[in-house]
Amino acid sequence: MMKTIFEKGYPGRRGSSLPGFDVPRTDAIPAELKRAESADLPEVSELDAIRHFVGLSRRNVAIDTCFYPLGSCTMKYNPKFHERVARMPGFADLHPLLPQLRRGGALTQGALEVLYETEMFLCELLGYKAFSMQPLAGAHGELTGIMLIAAYHQARDDRRRLMLIPDAAHGTNPATAALGGFDTVTIPTNAEGNVDMDALRRALSPDVAGMMLTCPNTVGLYDRNAREICRLVHEAGGLMYADGANLNAIVGRVRPGDLGFDVMHVNLHKTFSTPHGGGGPGAGPVGVCTKLVPYLPTSRVVKRADGTYALEYHFRDTIGYIAPFYGNFGIILRAYAYMLTLGREGMQRVSEAAVLSANYMLARLRDAYEPAYDRACMHECVLSASKQARQGVHALDIAKALLDRGFHPPTMYFPLIVPEALMIEPTETESKQTLDAFIDVLLELADQVDTDPDAITSAPVTMPVRRLDETLAARHPDLADLGRAGAADDCRASRQ
Amino acid sequence: MPYIPLTETERGEMLATIGVRNMDELWSRAIGDEPAPALDKLAPGRSEYEVTRYLAGLAKRNATDLVCFVGSGFYDHFIPAAVDEVISRGEFYTSYTPYQPEASQGTLQAIYEYQSAICRLTGMEVANASMYDGGTALFEAMMMATRLTRRRRAVLDSSVSPIYREMIRCYCSNLDVELVVAPQGATRCDHEALAAMLTEDTACVMVQYPNVFGAVEDWQWLTELAASKKIISVCSAYPIALGLLKTPGDLGFDIVTGEGQSMGIPLSFGGPYLGFMATRMKHVRRMPGRICGRTVDTEGKTGFVLTLQTREQHIRREKAMSNICTNEGLCALAALAYMTCVGKGGFAEVAQICAAKATFARQQLLAIEGVEADDVPFFNEFVVRLPVDAAEVVGRMIDRGYAAGFPLGRYYGKLSNCLLVAVTEKRTREEIRGMAVALEAVLGEML
Repeated sequence: MMKTIFEKGYPGRRGSSLPGFDVPRTDAIPAELKRAESADLPEVSELDAIRHFVGLSRRNVAIDTCFYPLGSCTMKYNPKFHERVARMPGFADLHPLLPQLRRGGALTQGALEVLYETEMFLCELLGYKAFSMQPLAGAHGELTGIMLIAAYHQARDDRRRLMLIPDAAHGTNPATAALGGFDTVTIPTNAEGNVDMDALRRALSPDVAGMMLTCPNTVGLYDRNAREICRLVHEAGGLMYADGANLNAIVGRVRPGDLGFDVMHVNLHKTFSTPHGGGGPGAGPVGVCTKLVPYLPTSRVVKRADGTYALEYHFRDTIGYIAPFYGNFGIILRAYAYMLTLGREGMQRVSEAAVLSANYMLARLRDAYEPAYDRACMHECVLSASKQARQGVHALDIAKALLDRGFHPPTMYFPLIVPEALMIEPTETESKQTLDAFIDVLLELADQVDTDPDAITSAPVTMPVRRLDETLAARHPDLADLGRAGAADDCRASRQ
Repeated sequence: MPYIPLTETERGEMLATIGVRNMDELWSRAIGDEPAPALDKLAPGRSEYEVTRYLAGLAKRNATDLVCFVGSGFYDHFIPAAVDEVISRGEFYTSYTPYQPEASQGTLQAIYEYQSAICRLTGMEVANASMYDGGTALFEAMMMATRLTRRRRAVLDSSVSPIYREMIRCYCSNLDVELVVAPQGATRCDHEALAAMLTEDTACVMVQYPNVFGAVEDWQWLTELAASKKIISVCSAYPIALGLLKTPGDLGFDIVTGEGQSMGIPLSFGGPYLGFMATRMKHVRRMPGRICGRTVDTEGKTGFVLTLQTREQHIRREKAMSNICTNEGLCALAALAYMTCVGKGGFAEVAQICAAKATFARQQLLAIEGVEADDVPFFNEFVVRLPVDAAEVVGRMIDRGYAAGFPLGRYYGKLSNCLLVAVTEKRTREEIRGMAVALEAVLGEML
């Protein structure tokens, strides 16, 4: 194990160089409001800090280190120049309150143009009238979208309380619907992996506010009834929400707005190549059709007749403020750089190569691993390790064995409706050699299930740790090293 | 095509393996006869060089040399280059949420250390792996309090940032929560009014520390009163101030949240930022968000995993503690790297320098005729009353190269002559004096 940063310090050791005092050392805080002791933060040199974090980084796998076909997460390459652009001082050092100051708007025209133009690109690409760039993550975009649906019905004094959600949906959908004040009705998936249309028809009623549908769905399949589903839900007075989690499969090829989805969120950290950051920050802009525009969050960027940009705050029916400012600007900027680089043809090529790569995987793996649904998939294929599980090797074991062979595993055990699921999303940024190398290893593992299953169930052996005891972690939570304030801590021991 | 490596030959081989003649046939198998859109309004792609040049041009159309005295919860602090170097490691920023712990020990250990550092800074016992921003963290704390108390009334002090108050009001619109905002005192909390609102059916009381006017209040009376009625006390804190101020833990708060931007994260026109949340160990199972824990592997070696996941949406679905499925991982890493590089001594010193420079700035401004201020304890931000409309003063100061502060009239109608001025360790004595001279000149023009 690597020591924690708290165990590496020495009392009195100082780190980075900081600005100094050039004014008298006085302040306006009475002694009784001051903390008795300095916060017990690490006491290391800058060099030791760098070594610590570089050391930690080497205990990670990432897109930059290996193939990372994590289904439903779209782990595509994150272009490097985006990082440079986001760090340009004109963007990185810009205070968000500046445009709210008199004469401050003129000093933020570049940033406002980024927000406006990114919105325009998304509108055309996906078939919407407007986007709010504010949602700070995918789930936050979902929440915004559901609040827009709630506001639409409330404006009509229509008290609908049900949200329809397929059983294959991500867990965020029902959790979000609950935050929007809706009760959820689960719609089953049929034998072809699509929405069960009869069950949908039975569920529709004047109490249905809308339906949340992931398109393509979480088993990696396109629902050919998408237009019909939208029509039926609209007929019942509901609105259609498109979860854009799987947008990479259709981007440039199908516009959700054209299919009839009234509102959708987009994960810029998936389809638009912004880095996942080890779990955020992302961004989840929300697009809407004309009838939902009045309810969009405050504020919005507008382009004036003279070509300048401004923030507009006065919208009577707005749902209000869902973010402190204008969204995760640094992420939106990276996505904008990506959109500009790829352009129209590039966006079309993205979905094409993503779908081609996933179907190639499926074609080569379908004899060894049982496909969840045996038909052409979209940007990801869902296989089941049920056959292997009958011999005692589970999806989890295969995932861990992949780690030993230099690959990040696919998503496991999701969607919940597929037993022993392995959900593989190669993305469009991988070469055929990489795809083949990964497929060869999966085929080899399928053989090894017969010959040496123990080697698989004891994996991984090459990672910094072996399989970890999650039960112990949950039953006896050790969630922080509290230092001197805490009980039996390593920090104190190391200093003696 | 950039970033898409498949050659025509490879495409041909792959299509053959799939058993289709061309891409059109594959599309038709996958999605049926859905027509392709025209996308006429999208421009053709451009090269990395061209895009960089265009965006650099846009960056230049934003202010880069204004001397910044604007804060209001978002501060222009110094960031050591080492912090950016850490978060620029591809192993960190191109990885996903650590679902495969054996392959993510770097991210997981960093989260554990971040949680530990947040606890040490706030005086609490457990922190989550972070949330979107300070406002969403405060909202999530309020929801956590409703779960802990099974009550639905939430009291929000009016000296909490109006930005956060607006966000919470928005999020509550479809929830069974009764949100009540305490009446506004001057630039400090109206204690009696706030105390009167703490009824027996109240789930939580939320305050800010220092408050939106920069004033530092001793909240112990409030946390004691809240505790006597089993009301959860929640504090939204400015982390740099905690380098100097008594911790929310010592003051008796049940939950601490805040905006972590000031710890190594650039202002970046509003995001990405970092919401932190910490609480007492006894409340951990009702806390939202990712949490990392220390455990052992099959050989007894120490390692880290995401834990207590039965609180989360991917397991509980509509009964989850929150719909959030990630944290702000890279921002949390930046905050940890900041707290590490600046360190125990440096963190306290940054806070002391901010407080000293703010004290100096306040003296300089008060020396100008017609400028007044209340005598309240403050950290690095304070309110001055001007003889004229503060919004107009700020406009004229921008022409002179200063973002002089935030005019409070935008959110507090009665305070239209008031300017909220923030001073960080980056402001020099010369810049502060220069601002005072410019302000005096602007006031001279206007009077």
